Order: sequence, then C-alpha cells, then structure tokens
Amino acid sequence: MHNIIPIFVIIPLAGAFLTSLIGKKVKGVPDMLGNLSTACLLIASLLSISFVSKCGVLVYKVGAWVPPIGITMVMDGFTSFMLVTVNLVAFLVTVYSVNYMEKFTSKWTFYTLFLLMLAGMNGVIVTGDMFNLFVFMEIASVASYALVAFGTEEEELEASFKYLIMSTVGSLFVLLGIVFMYSYTSTLNMADMAAVLTQKGAGNITLFTGVLFLMGFGLKAAIVPFHAWLPDAHPSAPAPISAMLSGVLIKSLGIYTIARIFYNVFGMGAKFTEVLLIFGALSMVVGALLASGQWDFKRLLAYSSISQIGYIILGLAIGTPLAILGALFHLFNHSVFKSLLFLNSGALEYATGTRDMRLMGGLKEKMPVTGRTSFIASMSIAGVPPFNGFFSKLIIIFAAVQAGYIGYAFLAALVSVVTLAYFATVQKNVFFGSPSGALTASDGKVTKKWDDIKEPPVFMKVPVIILAIICIFGGLLIAPRFSQNFLKAATDALMAGKDYAATVFGGLGL
Amino acid sequence: MNNKKEAAVPDPNKGMTIIVKTITRLTVGLILLYGIYILSHGHVSPGGGFAGGVIVALSFIHIMLAFGKDVALKKLSMRAASFFESLGALLFLLIAVIGFTGGSFFLNFFADKGEPFKLFSAGIIPLCNIAISLKVGAGLFSIFVILVMLKFTVDGKKGN
Repeated sequence: MHNIIPIFVIIPLAGAFLTSLIGKKVKGVPDMLGNLSTACLLIASLLSISFVSKCGVLVYKVGAWVPPIGITMVMDGFTSFMLVTVNLVAFLVTVYSVNYMEKFTSKWTFYTLFLLMLAGMNGVIVTGDMFNLFVFMEIASVASYALVAFGTEEEELEASFKYLIMSTVGSLFVLLGIVFMYSYTSTLNMADMAAVLTQKGAGNITLFTGVLFLMGFGLKAAIVPFHAWLPDAHPSAPAPISAMLSGVLIKSLGIYTIARIFYNVFGMGAKFTEVLLIFGALSMVVGALLASGQWDFKRLLAYSSISQIGYIILGLAIGTPLAILGALFHLFNHSVFKSLLFLNSGALEYATGTRDMRLMGGLKEKMPVTGRTSFIASMSIAGVPPFNGFFSKLIIIFAAVQAGYIGYAFLAALVSVVTLAYFATVQKNVFFGSPSGALTASDGKVTKKWDDIKEPPVFMKVPVIILAIICIFGGLLIAPRFSQNFLKAATDALMAGKDYAATVFGGLGL
Repeated sequence: MNNKKEAAVPDPNKGMTIIVKTITRLTVGLILLYGIYILSHGHVSPGGGFAGGVIVALSFIHIMLAFGKDVALKKLSMRAASFFESLGALLFLLIAVIGFTGGSFFLNFFADKGEPFKLFSAGIIPLCNIAISLKVGAGLFSIFVILVMLKFTVDGKKGN
C-alpha cells in the first residue's frame, strides 16, 4: 500500500521522457502517452483516498533509508485531497489538449513539459522533506516558464520572462528560509523539524523564516503584494496551460506549501494569523476590483484567480476547523470552475480568434455547449446558490462570523457581489446580447465571419461538460457521507498542527 | 585519428586560428577522457555524474568553439543529444524503479555492494552517475547549441 506514494512522481516523469524519446517521430504517441499517464494518476489519486481512510497516515522511506536521515514521502488526508484536485484537472486538461494543441507545431514538447510540471506538483504534494520540496517546486516552476512562452510571440516571451524573474526571486527566498531552518534545527525532514521546533522553542528565527516563506510561497500563490506576474503569465499561456496554472499550480506550489509549513511545521501563531488575514483580504478585494476593469477575457480570469486565492488564504488564516474546511472546499471548487472557465476561453479563442470581449456577442446560439458551461462556471464562482462555489463561500463567511471576524466576513460577502457583477458582464458581452455581424479587430480587419463560428471539436467539449457537472453537484461534497474521507480528512490533517511529527513517526512503524 | 579530425574540418577559414585548432586537437580527447574518469569514479572520489557530464559536454563545446558549430554537430548531432538526454533521465528512473524489486523506490538493490574505495562497488551509485552524466552532458550541449543558433538568427535579421 505504501508503494502507491512514489507512483505519483514515477508516472509523470516516465511519461515525460518517453514522450520526448519516441513522441517526436510517431504521430499520436504524445497524445496517447499524455492521456494515459494522467488517467493512471487520477485513478491512483482516487485510490489513495481509500488507502488513507483505511490506514491513516502512510509514510514511505525512499531507498529504505530511515528518517530523519533519508527522504520520506508522506501521505495523509491533506495530501490525498490535493492529489485528487491536481490530477483531476490535469486529466481533463490533457483530454482537452488533444484537439486544442493541434494548432501548435510540436505537440511532444507540450506534453513533455506538461508532464514534467505535473511531476513537480505531485512531488511537492507527496514529499515530506523540506529540500525535496524545493527541488520539486523548481521542476514545476521551470516547466511552467517554458509553457507560458509556448506560443513564442512577443507578448508571451515578455510574460514568461517576467514570470521567470519574479518566480526565481521567490524561490530564492524559499531556499534562504530552508537554509535558516536547517541551521536552527539541523534537519531537513519536515516532521523532524516540527519536533525539534517544539523541543527547542520557536525563536525569532522562526518568525524570520516564516516571513521568508511567506514571501517565497506567497509569490508562487500570487497573494496580492506578490501578484504582479500572474495577470501577464496566465493569459499568455495556451488555454490548457492557463487552466493548469490558475487551476492547480498556484495552489499546489503556493497554498499547499503555506498551509503545510505554517500549520504542520511551525504551528500557526497569532502573528502569522494576522499577516495572512490581511494578505487574504487584500488579495480578495484588489483582485476583484482589478478584474472588473478588464476587457481581455483571460486577463479577467487571471485577476479573478487572485481574488479567489484571497478567499482560500482568509479561510486558512482564520484557522477554526470550519474555516479550514471552507478554505479547502473553496480550493477544490476554484480549481474546478477556474479551469472550466479557462478551457472555455480557449474554445472561444479557437472559434473566434480573439480574446477581446468587446468584439464578441450573442455567441450562445453558435456555441451552446461553451455558452452553457461557462454560464454554470460563472454562477459558481460568483457564489449563486445551487452551485458549489456558493457552499464554500458560505462556509468561509460563517466561519469568519463565528470566529468574531465580522469585518472580514462582510468584505468576503461584498467581494462575492463584485464577482457576480463582473461575471454577469462577461456573460452579457460574450454569450448574450446582440450578435455582432462579424468579428472585427480594432484596425477594422475581419478576424472571423459570423457564419464560420462553430463549436470546437469533441475532445474540447467533453472535459468542459464533466467540469460543469462537477460544478453543479460539487456542493454534495460537504454532505457528511462524502466529506468524511475527503474534505474532513484533509481538515483533520491540518488541524492536527504539530502532532504531524508524531503522526509521521508513528506511521513509520506500519 | 589525426587524419580523421583534419578531414572533418571543411573550411580552414571557419573557427579560430590554427594555434587554437592544433591545441584543441591535442586536448579535446584528454578532456573527454577526464570527464569519463570523473563520472566513473564519482562514488570513490570527489566529482560524480553532474561534474563528469559537464566536462564531457565541455569537450564537445570546445570543438564547437575552435572549429565552428558544423564540425561539432557532425560529431554529436542535435537529434543524438536530445536522444541521450531523454535516455539518461529514463535510465535514472529505471534504476530507481528497479529498487521496487527489493521493496523500495531508489533502493540500492545490489546484494553485494563491494569493498569501499574500489571502483566496482557501491551498488547503483555508479550506474546512477552514468545516467546523470548522460542527461547533464547532452542537456548542456543542447543548451549551448540552441544559444549559438539563436544568436545566428538574430544576426541574420539585423543584416536584413
């Protein structure tokens, strides 16, 4: 049963290098290998839920070296929750890419980089070693720089370069933080580090390292003062990659690491809580306000990601079990509807050749599937009742009120209204309203005739339909029957706080 | 061997001066051998797969600097470099996965690990070093070639 843990790194790595080895010559192999790898990963991650529910925490000793000397991989409720989120989106995105990536020349490069990025993300999630986490984070980040620049147009290269510089600075902060922690605790194993910190007491060095980690991982998560790379990088990437970046990359490299380190290694203190609360609220408000002014569909979605990340950080900062449950639920929901919206934006660009919402209009007649799914996603992200986004936002706001943060609860509700406003604008401008006879660019050139616009091919429709169904029925995940092993297990893993160390060393004996 | 190398030089005006070329011809084999020495003794002395791979790549880059990129690419084409890069990574992963036969990922699965400080010892570590050096060497060479090619196209655009 333990052997399932390294699988999450082995499959994408093997898939990536096999694709680059044989995918160049044989057509169809990259598609097949890419989809096969992600499908296996999805099945494995679903299996991991039942394993965790049966055995509690699984700990894997890499190379049979005994921790804290060797590297460990740890799988608890939070890990399996994140694995399901990441691999679900990754699988649907690879299905979508089969048709979408036809317009680019080298599909095998795309799948190689994509699977490397996935290997990095899964590695970050399963590892139990601080330095290993850094290495996997860099694998995912470096692959994503190349993917952002995939179109090699001027705008994309600029965005990628900006992303590269900022993200590298973030990584350096993380590395510096790890160096300080290593010098203080003399260990790199996360569980052991937590144990030593409890024993030695958290001094000023923990606070300083906390700030470094907050800057580094906060930059990866695009929390507001560190968000400047995201609105350029996410729209520039090809649509499936935008969906991956906004849907899961910022969460696995940013949110997951922040939650894991601050809750399970450092132990959440009052100072960290306060900083995270302010950052969360700031991201929420600034992201929403900036999003309302955008005419570029993908840029609007990118700003909206910042705003929704704010909700998750806010929930994590409040720190009551209910708030964490809400934050994790919102994390899952956001990765579903944001990747759905980005995939929709890809379908729109595929059909109309533009991302400018002023040029579109009345497209719901021409593209019924895209229109309906994007309506569902827009309503979910705005928090309209029957959809999943409503429940997660409701839980976060409830938890904020319960914990006595009335102001933050009010802000969260207000931002939700702003979100509804700008997504209503999107719906009106793109899908409803009067059809514009032809799509004309600003210089008067016709990009696409009205009659030529049609629904994208089948592989681009199936994933969005599946994601829309998850949006509709996602609210059921908080029903006790489903949440027990999924959301509840993840929340418990975080709420255990510094008992993480004892649990991990206890899990070794199994 | 000397004759062969001279036959590989298509244009005496390309690349650097005759002094550099002659010295390159003398040293490049030694550099390659030194790289192989470093990577194969990685487990008993300082060095290892990464350092060895870099030195092996440097020997090819050395040829490119002295004789121009056509000569170097004739020795090791881009296609071969990219093949070796993928192969290196897959070999490394394969060695790690074979560890499962003994029950664990990355397990040093040789029952007899040999004597310390002997060349044929330490189980999978020399094998891993070879895989890493393939990946690093081919990767570094590819990066260098791509940077060289990029410069050429930019110059071409300026000329127009």
